[in-house]
Amino acid sequence: MSIRVDGVSKSFGAFKALDNVSLDVPQGTLLALLGPSGSGKTTLLRIIAGLEWPDSGRIEEDGTDITDRHARQREVGFVFQHYALFRHMSVFENVAFGMRVRKAPHAEVKARVDELLHLVRLDNLGARKPAQLSGGQRQRVALARALAIRPRILLLDEPFGALDAKVRVELRQWLRRLHDEIGMTTVFVTHDQEEAFELADDVVVMNEGHVEQRGKPEEVFDKPATPFVMDFLGNVNVYHGRVENGRAFWHGVPIDYPDYPHAQARAARVYLRPHELDIARAPSGGPSEANQGTSLAATVLRQTRTGPITRITCQPQEGGSELHVDLPSAAARQLGLQPGEAVSITPRHVRVFLPDPEYVI
Amino acid sequence: MTSKPRHAATATSPLGLLLITGAVATVGLLIVAPLASVFVDAFSNGPQAWWEALAHDPDTRHAIWLSLTVAPIAVLINTIFGVAAAWLVARFRFPGRSLLVSLFDVPFSVSPVVAGLALVLIFGRQGLLGPTLAWLAVKVIFAWPGLVLATTFVTLPLVVRELIPVMEAIGPEEEMAAVSLGANGWQVFWRVTLPNIRWALLHGVVLANARAMGEFGAVYVVSGHIAGATDTMPLRVEKLFQEYRTPASMAVASVLAALALLTLVAKVFIERQLETESKELEAARAPGADTDPTTGGLGP
Repeated sequence: MSIRVDGVSKSFGAFKALDNVSLDVPQGTLLALLGPSGSGKTTLLRIIAGLEWPDSGRIEEDGTDITDRHARQREVGFVFQHYALFRHMSVFENVAFGMRVRKAPHAEVKARVDELLHLVRLDNLGARKPAQLSGGQRQRVALARALAIRPRILLLDEPFGALDAKVRVELRQWLRRLHDEIGMTTVFVTHDQEEAFELADDVVVMNEGHVEQRGKPEEVFDKPATPFVMDFLGNVNVYHGRVENGRAFWHGVPIDYPDYPHAQARAARVYLRPHELDIARAPSGGPSEANQGTSLAATVLRQTRTGPITRITCQPQEGGSELHVDLPSAAARQLGLQPGEAVSITPRHVRVFLPDPEYVI
Repeated sequence: MTSKPRHAATATSPLGLLLITGAVATVGLLIVAPLASVFVDAFSNGPQAWWEALAHDPDTRHAIWLSLTVAPIAVLINTIFGVAAAWLVARFRFPGRSLLVSLFDVPFSVSPVVAGLALVLIFGRQGLLGPTLAWLAVKVIFAWPGLVLATTFVTLPLVVRELIPVMEAIGPEEEMAAVSLGANGWQVFWRVTLPNIRWALLHGVVLANARAMGEFGAVYVVSGHIAGATDTMPLRVEKLFQEYRTPASMAVASVLAALALLTLVAKVFIERQLETESKELEAARAPGADTDPTTGGLGP
């Protein structure tokens, strides 16, 4: 089933949680709502589920307006952030709940619950209480419970947030496989970009109640549409530079920027990702001169190795804030830079954002 | 909590011994001795006399029966009100919410006698609703409905006060999950909310019942103490005592005291359950051990 969110706004008192948000989720998509806390992603998810009502706007399922339809009738499977398992019920009864309230025959309930417990690999744990399960197991019970009512949409609120790193990765891959098997339209909320990029077909980045960007994971990562997305995806060097005549300048290093052909110079922010910078030992012969052509002269401050990646922190010789360069650890070892050495840094790729006119004072 | 040597040191130090002696003496003198003396006096003429004092005096019999009717009715009203009010306060934010919560406590701070008088002013023959009630031929003051009203008033905070913190701690997520799974309001209440609050509710009910059985002041004003008609057990105790029928008075008092002791036992048991539940709630919120040997990882 496809979902369409059309111009939805929602306020809690003075706080505007959602501001005219529109979103299409085609049938069978696995979509991630990515954003910091307070960006409205959970509110949007709850509105789709019918657990929250929008102040204005419409929700459609397969073209039918369901804005006023009660959560009970929406046939939506919802997995809560902290699972919200029924504490006093066994795992079996938790999964059976949706069918019990629909007065399904006992034999049917038993067959369906057994099938689902098998699907989430909890075959022999039906008699346990939620408190006797591990976090990952509880998460799978919550999922089985949501799937038991044969929902047409699956919504998950920070599904892996409360799990430790190893279980999180396992469950993530498992959920992706499950989605590929049953092909249900699925929307999940996360603040973890790695989770969103690894799991989702489509990523929607949200901020302060509106959609900043929507696209395939690689699109969002490679072509961030706004400074917010660039910042949120993190791990980026930000500099104040200027643009003029189709070029942006970063510490005097010119970079092609055809979007701004005007002669009048304008301040701009230059974003460089650490893994998109080349670093080389400066040509020998004393301290390097001014920036040569397309590279920046800098001094190595320190190296930090985190697994397969080594981060080299440099100080531009002109001054200004520190700059990070990421290299594969093998390449870094081969290069063998020492603190204090002069290097030249060449950007392979940069992004330039002009400040919004409204921010110009 | 504290380490062993610390315990030993506290128990043997002179100050520790002094405090322990003081506490034991106070509890003994103020609580154990009077309670014991009630039973001693009640049975001073033997169990036969005790039984006759209770069962063979029609007015006493009626008082016991009245108490056993009025208290459950008041507790039932309180339970329904308490669950509804606690749900309202714990699940919704609305203007005047904190004022409402403070109003729940009024019966604790108002003297029961004042409460009784206030009820007379409203429901009495000369009261605000007097003419209406007279026209409907309903008697409230000096009749059992008045007793129910007065008892309900003084026990009002007990159930709701017990439930609000528990419902707030549990949070609305399980109820929302039930709704998203297709449950209607009643199903959510009976299958999710009530099982989660059952021990807290029972605790409130036991406390309210104890208070309802023992209430004297408010009931005294509205009952008019008509023997064999509007005398409850506590009123009967007082009346027999005033009539110098101390053994009979003590016999009724011993029934009240026995009920109180029973309440105490129930209370301790329920509090243990509540403690277990709150630990379970904590455990359910915790991430949980992710190394369950029965399943291990998810497998390929």
